[in-house]
Amino acid sequence: MNDEILDWGIRELQRRLESAEVSAVEVLEAYQEQIAIQEPEVDAFLSLDLEAARRRASYQDERRARGERLGRLAGVPVVLKDNLCTINFPTTAASKILDGWVPPYNATVVDRLDEEDAIVLGKTNLDEFAMGSSTENSAFKITRNPHDLDRVPGGSSGGSAAAVASRMALAGLGSDTGGSIRQPAALTGIVGLKPTYGRVSRYGLLAFASSLDQIGPLAASVEDTALVAECIMGHDPRDATSLQEAPPQLLGSLSQGVQGIRIGVVTNLIEAANPEVQAGVEAAIQALARAGAIVEEVALKELAYGLAAYYVVAPAEASSNLARYDGVRYGLREPGVTVEEMMIATRTKGFGPEVKRRIMLGTYALSAGYYDAFYVTAQRVRTFVREAFARAYVSFDLLIAPTSPTTAFRIGERSNDPVEMYRSDVCTIPSNLSGDPAISVPAGVDADGLPIGVQLLGPALSEQVLFRAAFVIEEGLH
Amino acid sequence: MSSRTIAGPARGWEYVIGLEVHTELRTATKLFCGCPNAFGEEPNTSICPVCLGLPGSLPVMNAQAVDFAIRVGLALNATIQRSQFHRKNYFYPDMPKDFQISQYDVPINANGHLELPSGAVIGIERAHLEEDTGKLVHRGGGGRIESAEYSLIDYNRSGVPLLEIVSAPDIRDPEEAKEYVAELRSILVAVGASDGRMEEGSLRVDANVSVRPVGETQMRTRVEIKNLNSLRSLTRALEFEGRRQVQLYEDGEAMLQQTRFWDEARAVTGALRLKEEANDYRYFPEPDLPPVAPDPLVIEARRSELPEFLSTRRAQLADVLPELSRDLRETVITDECWPYLRAALDANITPHRAVARCANELVALLDEIGALSPSRFVEVLALEDEGKLGASQVKVLLREACLDPLAIPELVAKLGFTASDADAVKAMVAEVVASCTQEWSRYLAGDEKVAGFLLGQVMRRYGRQISGSDARQALTRLAEEARAESS
Repeated sequence: MNDEILDWGIRELQRRLESAEVSAVEVLEAYQEQIAIQEPEVDAFLSLDLEAARRRASYQDERRARGERLGRLAGVPVVLKDNLCTINFPTTAASKILDGWVPPYNATVVDRLDEEDAIVLGKTNLDEFAMGSSTENSAFKITRNPHDLDRVPGGSSGGSAAAVASRMALAGLGSDTGGSIRQPAALTGIVGLKPTYGRVSRYGLLAFASSLDQIGPLAASVEDTALVAECIMGHDPRDATSLQEAPPQLLGSLSQGVQGIRIGVVTNLIEAANPEVQAGVEAAIQALARAGAIVEEVALKELAYGLAAYYVVAPAEASSNLARYDGVRYGLREPGVTVEEMMIATRTKGFGPEVKRRIMLGTYALSAGYYDAFYVTAQRVRTFVREAFARAYVSFDLLIAPTSPTTAFRIGERSNDPVEMYRSDVCTIPSNLSGDPAISVPAGVDADGLPIGVQLLGPALSEQVLFRAAFVIEEGLH
Repeated sequence: MSSRTIAGPARGWEYVIGLEVHTELRTATKLFCGCPNAFGEEPNTSICPVCLGLPGSLPVMNAQAVDFAIRVGLALNATIQRSQFHRKNYFYPDMPKDFQISQYDVPINANGHLELPSGAVIGIERAHLEEDTGKLVHRGGGGRIESAEYSLIDYNRSGVPLLEIVSAPDIRDPEEAKEYVAELRSILVAVGASDGRMEEGSLRVDANVSVRPVGETQMRTRVEIKNLNSLRSLTRALEFEGRRQVQLYEDGEAMLQQTRFWDEARAVTGALRLKEEANDYRYFPEPDLPPVAPDPLVIEARRSELPEFLSTRRAQLADVLPELSRDLRETVITDECWPYLRAALDANITPHRAVARCANELVALLDEIGALSPSRFVEVLALEDEGKLGASQVKVLLREACLDPLAIPELVAKLGFTASDADAVKAMVAEVVASCTQEWSRYLAGDEKVAGFLLGQVMRRYGRQISGSDARQALTRLAEEARAESS
């Protein structure tokens, strides 16, 4: 029975709960058992509260028995990347500097999941402050790829991806600043969406790079991803960059197909990927073509410059966003004779090497005398990237590319070469720079059985058609 | 307008002063969150995740603060523009995010000016919005951060909206600096943007000051004096600093670009830190806030709602009474006085009489003004203008008009003043004058000194029956009539 429960997607689960075929507590128990088996190997969680989850499931069963109508995620076990503020769990961003900090407020997305009656199991591991592509930069633990425990799950939302991929949760939330949802989704064989910038409120997301950060869902199927996306999108008055547009209806249009949809194959990004990944992308393209999409090749050379621009803009914003971790008000405080010494000691001990590297890069890029050469130039490149996309979207409805140039790499393999690690994001970064939505969908496995991800990219607010195409790929490659 | 003598810090030297005035805006809530913008609350009670800068919190712009900024900008004749917020990055424990959200190269208000009572026009480079910091209280060790045993932080003030008004270096002496701040304060209060209370920190002044030999056009190394929180501190600090700088130059010592503080007790400025060592603030556009683009229609609406400023009243007075002394003018253009004066001028009361009655009688009555409306005031002055009442009668009548709402003609009757009273005084004076023909002709020819003799004669003959001022008024009127007849 328990294995069967784990097979159900969200809508299937909802049907079974509504028909009283299964209770929320029984569902929770199935996941609890799975966590007991998987978590010791995968190490996806930074905090876990199954007792609280059980109380909530039990209360939902009571409400259902009373005839109450429950939310769209009733009984659904979900996990949250540990950079989303939660009243009920510590929020650490996988950093020693916030070890044990419990926020006095929930992120907007956490409240929205709560309103839809999702059952939050715990908080998941990430690269410290979401800086990384492997989840190896966590101050607390290394999360492993469920498909091969010697390999990384990708990052920075590696904990959420690994938890969903190992069926410890039905869905997870991550954050994507340069690919941090899509790349781990690809490396663990699940679906991950980076919505249009402003679609999902960032209120309560520990900021890494504010102009690039966007929260999004990860789930095993396109349908589950769409459902969670619908639940978390929409305007939030607490985020001034939040869009006014009503959230799109994704589920209803999922099976409308791609007949006549024009899809551009981004050749230069495909060339950046290894042959097995290229083959996976090719299979996805074939599936789209079979479904009636008009597929053509397009080279967008400007996108390649995005990587360099990103590694100026993101550290610059991060250097400012992370200034507040100074030991004065919360989190770690190391003693010091003067305030300045206390701050320096706290930050020296509290931040890991990758975070320090990016703070230094960003501080440098914003410094007097360097600002124009670095920050201003990077913003100009960002405009090039945006314009390149805009030109492409005159001829195409969507673009297709790999999510990651490679499948999951070995733990430790790239730790000593930050630039090589940064290159992992070459295909995903352009969407963050432009603020446009993109989704990663599984596209088979390589010779080692490691998942390959294909990425669909669309113009701002094109989530509906992105999901239709993602659904076609999922069906076509099944 | 009258010009003032500029006082340099020493013979042959002049000041070059620019002021940065920070004013707390009187909004209901803070700049980026819904916490009440209140003064004097228990420490750390008016706070939330946003103004505490907690991880994950985001700022949202307060529309009322933008509105106040627009009003001030209009009052300062500034260009109101689409503006961007920037982050000013530096570490300090009173600043919860370790950056301040401020405006940098595109402030909401740019290129304005402010005309002072002296007639000097001071350029306003910008007036921009920014958030206030928390308040540090250092305990032990003399109350300075370096030596304190420990420090307490009150974040109630964190996120309170500030408008920073930056003048051009157009101010040439400490008195002018004081005049500038006073004039600016009156404008901020008039548009409702600030309560203007310097003692509560609603208005805080930083001064940039340098000195140079008179005639030199380039600017020399400047010193910034922080937190001059009263007009008295402002002038004293500038005077001290001017003398200090001149002394340094005359001794051939190096002038350092510095930030200094004013020590009120010792009446000296002291160095805070060298500007060279100061932070590189690493300004960059605030990614969490979209640009603020004021709607032109809103700007025009605010412009039409602007109150009348002192400078407008000065200009109106200059038209009718160009020779008016500055003291008299400043007395009668206050918000309390001006409605009466304006009504009198509108009713064609002799301007110098209207000003004199406002500055002398009305100002003394303001605390007990009661039933004395501007129109009743004008009625009384009209009677005097027509020669129906004497000056001393007017004084009594004005006081009575405050206390008793009876119509003015009835008040005149009640007090027993009749038009003939004034005529009777005139007749008495005429009688005396007729017996002093020699002195009278000299007086008519313009010899004012004879007036005293003539009035002495009147008083000697009629003693307490009439007042000296009424007699003088009658004498003046008789002379006017005589001159009118002869011309």
